[in-house]
Amino acid sequence: MRPFTYERPKAIAEAVSMARSEGAGHVNAPVQYLGGGTTLLDLMKLDVMQPTRLVDISRLDDRLLRGVSRNREGLRIGALSSMAELADNGMLARDYPVLQQSLWLAASQQLRNMARVGGNVLQRTRCPYFRDTSYSECNKRIPGSGCAAMDGVNRLHAVLGVSDKCIAAYPGDWAQGLAALDAVVEVLGPGGARSVPFGELHRPPGETPHIETSLQPGELITGFVVPGEPWPRSLYRKVRDRESYAFANASAAVALRMRGDVAEDIRIGLGGVATTPWRARTAEGMLRGKPLTEAAIRAAAEAEFAQARPREHNRFKVALGPATITRALLEAKAMEV
Amino acid sequence: MLQPTPPVPQPLENMGQAIPRYEATAKVTGQPLYAADEPIARPLYAFFKTSGVARGTIASLDVRKAEAMPGVMKVYTHRNAPPRKAVKHIMTGGYMSDTNIPLADNRVRHDGDIVAMVVADSYEIARDAANRIEVRYAAQAPAATFGSPGAVKKVPEQAQKNAKKAGDFAAGWSRAPVKVDARYSTPTQHHNPIELYATTAVWNGDQLTFYEPSQFVYSTANGLAEQIGVDPAKVHLVNPYVGGGFGGKGILTQRTALVALAARDLGRPVKLVLHRKQAYGLTTYRAETRQRVRLGADRNGKLVAFAHDGEEVTSRADDYMVGGVENTVEMYACPNIATSVTLVKADRNTPGFMRSPPETPYMFGLESAMDELAVALNMDPVELRRINDTQKSPISGAPYTSRSLMQCYDQAAAAFGWSRRNPRPLSMSQGDWLIGWGCATATYPTNMMASTARIRLTADGKAVVEVAAHDMGQGAYTAMQQIAAKRLGLDPRQVTVRMGDSALPPGPVAGGSMTTASAGSAVHTAAGKIAARFGGAMPAPNDLDDAFRRLGVTQIEEYAEWWPPGQGPQAVRALYKGSMGGGGGEEGEQQEGNAGGGKPMMAAFGAEFVEVRIHRLTREIRVPRMTGAFAAGHIVNPRTARSQYLGGMIWGMASALLEATEVDAKRARYVNDNIAEYLVAVNADVPQVDVILVPEVDTKVNPLGVKGIGELANVGTAAAIANAVYHATGKRIRDLPITMDKLLV
Ligand SMILES: Cc1cc2nc3c(=O)[nH]c(=O)nc-3n(C[C@H](O)[C@H](O)[C@H](O)COP(=O)(O)OP(=O)(O)OC[C@H]3O[C@@H](n4cnc5c(N)ncnc54)[C@H](O)[C@@H]3O)c2cc1C
Ligand code: SF4
Repeated sequence: MRPFTYERPKAIAEAVSMARSEGAGHVNAPVQYLGGGTTLLDLMKLDVMQPTRLVDISRLDDRLLRGVSRNREGLRIGALSSMAELADNGMLARDYPVLQQSLWLAASQQLRNMARVGGNVLQRTRCPYFRDTSYSECNKRIPGSGCAAMDGVNRLHAVLGVSDKCIAAYPGDWAQGLAALDAVVEVLGPGGARSVPFGELHRPPGETPHIETSLQPGELITGFVVPGEPWPRSLYRKVRDRESYAFANASAAVALRMRGDVAEDIRIGLGGVATTPWRARTAEGMLRGKPLTEAAIRAAAEAEFAQARPREHNRFKVALGPATITRALLEAKAMEV
Repeated sequence: MLQPTPPVPQPLENMGQAIPRYEATAKVTGQPLYAADEPIARPLYAFFKTSGVARGTIASLDVRKAEAMPGVMKVYTHRNAPPRKAVKHIMTGGYMSDTNIPLADNRVRHDGDIVAMVVADSYEIARDAANRIEVRYAAQAPAATFGSPGAVKKVPEQAQKNAKKAGDFAAGWSRAPVKVDARYSTPTQHHNPIELYATTAVWNGDQLTFYEPSQFVYSTANGLAEQIGVDPAKVHLVNPYVGGGFGGKGILTQRTALVALAARDLGRPVKLVLHRKQAYGLTTYRAETRQRVRLGADRNGKLVAFAHDGEEVTSRADDYMVGGVENTVEMYACPNIATSVTLVKADRNTPGFMRSPPETPYMFGLESAMDELAVALNMDPVELRRINDTQKSPISGAPYTSRSLMQCYDQAAAAFGWSRRNPRPLSMSQGDWLIGWGCATATYPTNMMASTARIRLTADGKAVVEVAAHDMGQGAYTAMQQIAAKRLGLDPRQVTVRMGDSALPPGPVAGGSMTTASAGSAVHTAAGKIAARFGGAMPAPNDLDDAFRRLGVTQIEEYAEWWPPGQGPQAVRALYKGSMGGGGGEEGEQQEGNAGGGKPMMAAFGAEFVEVRIHRLTREIRVPRMTGAFAAGHIVNPRTARSQYLGGMIWGMASALLEATEVDAKRARYVNDNIAEYLVAVNADVPQVDVILVPEVDTKVNPLGVKGIGELANVGTAAAIANAVYHATGKRIRDLPITMDKLLV
């Protein structure tokens, strides 16, 4: 790890003013916020991230950053809530099971104790060529250098939202639920506060895979708002090689409002298969207002993957993705709520 | 304290006490010092810069930024690295796991080859400095594995010599009415012990003490002495505990000499802890195999022809070979047998021993093929094994000293509920989960190697046992304690055991599952010599004081040498040199008495049954339960034996479903080189494992009647799972690991 300066601001405003910096994109800025550090310190040890200054926000005791609250607008979650505390939250488990489950099924208890949901949405890809600086080709790490994954080992890479520059999968779980439920990200930056629809937080790789989010350097995520009524008929289905402590090969965050057999409203977020937290709008559109039969779900799910662009080892995701959607929706439909 | 509590198994016939592990309390309270924990005054820290290409030369190497960092003492590269002697590979009578000498020239020979070593005041500075070294390579296209352009096939002499043959395979095969002809493959796997690979070197004048995890301290110390040109008497390796070895810590790697010579050069102790990533290229691994199995049977299921052909990857430098076809063809009665092994040399580091090196991959091939044959015959797979069971070698005709394979099958099948199985694929399910049941044979040869031991008994009834054997967590301390206590008539708690130190009398490699049989026999012999001082029968502990007084001594010390039948004192001389091959017995299968030729066959057996559940949509594969029954002669301690079997089956399950080092075919590099991405089983993957200890008496293998068990239970598990997956889905997966992608397409 390279030497860096460590700051521990006492208030949010101080933190934001310390983190002001230039740079191409939020994650490459020379000044980084330190939450749980489970992504940041890991990548610093691997020499992938080389910030010169860390602003430790993990101990900030501001109500804006902490806890879960509900009002008429919906649900609000402070960005410094730990994954563990939300995974243990009974109200979430009852009213927003998709959110609670996505955290409960993520990482390990130790990591969940450390990691905060603000940092969680900014976790970076597990692409092995990105995480190892001895590879000379990685457009995300070294813009313009090429992409080793294209003709390398790419079993866990994305099939949706890919570009000719990068096929790295977004690895996290929690973001799929936020994407599905139309969450809004509250951001505070040197220029003041703003709101970002969750679907606009992550940027597809396109020509610039090194710019991963729409956040500007120094912008702080303070919380997430999930608008509207609760989603008790919702769940997170994570499919992986081993039963626990593994990233998703495919995952589906689904939420339903049913009238009889008909899906009055339907939300589908996909993980493990896409470069960003993926909203399956094609499938949703085909199923909204229709009876949820297995055949209809299958057809819609397969339509979502019509645009998939697989590589040598991740072809199975074109089958696994629709299977995961199907399973998740059938299970959500069968939920007793 | 000696009261076993459930699920500690009660000893059955021919089993010792199920006492708790010798070092249990110490371990759970964090007492033991592992190699890198050893407190050393003012050490320097080394960190390697490893290569980013698998083949080529270093075009430029700029170490100035690293050297300029405060705290950096020295940066070693091919320009200034201390010379080391070329020492032969372990399989050709030397000590090395890989004979490629890093930093000897500007060439890069495999992924993660060492291109520089930074030595600094702290680990953090050394690692940071290594990151600042700038290397440019003149890279050449490397050969990664089977089928890569540039990979070269070779049939080593050893493979030709070891090839086993009976009758006329071609004739038997052409006449067989029922045939299976199938190709299987097993992946690259790395050991990933939780204790990282580490070396600390401390010079005191011309005396070198070093600390590193080793499964064979005499070999490691002697090999290092030869490499750095120092009298072996002046080299001392201390390593009382190994935090998981699995074969990866058996053989000297090239890192040790670099650390030792840097410590001498800089006049201070130097400590190196390999990053887990680096261990993938700088230690050994289980090489990938490709196999073809041909089984021919008559209509009643009796085998009439069996050919097993294997291909294994190795490095350019060394012809490491596991050659498990020599074992598989001993499994069942069959008149016509042929085998072959071909090496495929690629731009890789040299592979090496990993838990049951030959059996794990090759028994997957055979036991999958047996299941395919059972399907072809429309016969129960257990009955197929019964029909072909044998009590003698189909090659040499030599009898097994004991073989309880079918007892294992019968007990495990009953416990598992096998009779309730509907043999038709896709016939069992629960909700959205398809259910499959499968079984397979486990086996491991009884290897033995010479050993010595020293025991000191004092009048207060306490004994100290000393032997440079090794405990990697398998229970060797406990076994030595119990064997000595039994022969000396003492409570085991009165026996102290010292192991893992090259200053102790030499013991065998902790490999080939031979510690208990070998070091145990030496301890038993030494204890017998003490008993002889009392006229053969040990006095009761309470009478010891008087007995010592009558002899006019306060303590008795005896040293014993033991070698397996068929070997002689030269085996002990070889052991003192840390040679594996010297007396015949090594991890490989050249063990005398095990290779046929009329010598008795010695092996432990087991039968494993598994249930798999596969989701009908997403195809995750889960293993809700496994049952294994094992017979391995005298069981010194049923508790530690059960642990070995449990761990073995869990590993076997993980190696069937999860474990694979992914090799980038274009770059010849290990891609998932960390334990977040290299998956091993976690607790949630292992809901239930049932272990049955089947009593077996063997009076011929060795004086203790003990067979090796450490590498028994992970053999066969993968095939049992593949067979269960077939039963659940109707799909035969012949390439490990069995992951959902193979069931989705
Ligand atoms: C072995 C392993 C397994 C894992 N498995 C899973 C898994 O299965 N599923 C899963 O979802 N995740 C998994 N993770 C990822 C883990 O959940 C994330 O690392 C974690 O959530 C990140 O949160 P943090 O607080 O530690 O972030 P940090 O590491 O502190 O920060 C990450 C990034 O976000 C920035 N940042 C942090 N907080 C803010 C903020 N409030 N505003 C703006 N920027 C901020 C930091 O500057 C940094 O760039 C795993 C991680 C590891 C190491
Ligand atoms: S997929 Fe993206 S992150 Fe991975 S090597 Fe290619 S550019 Fe880099």
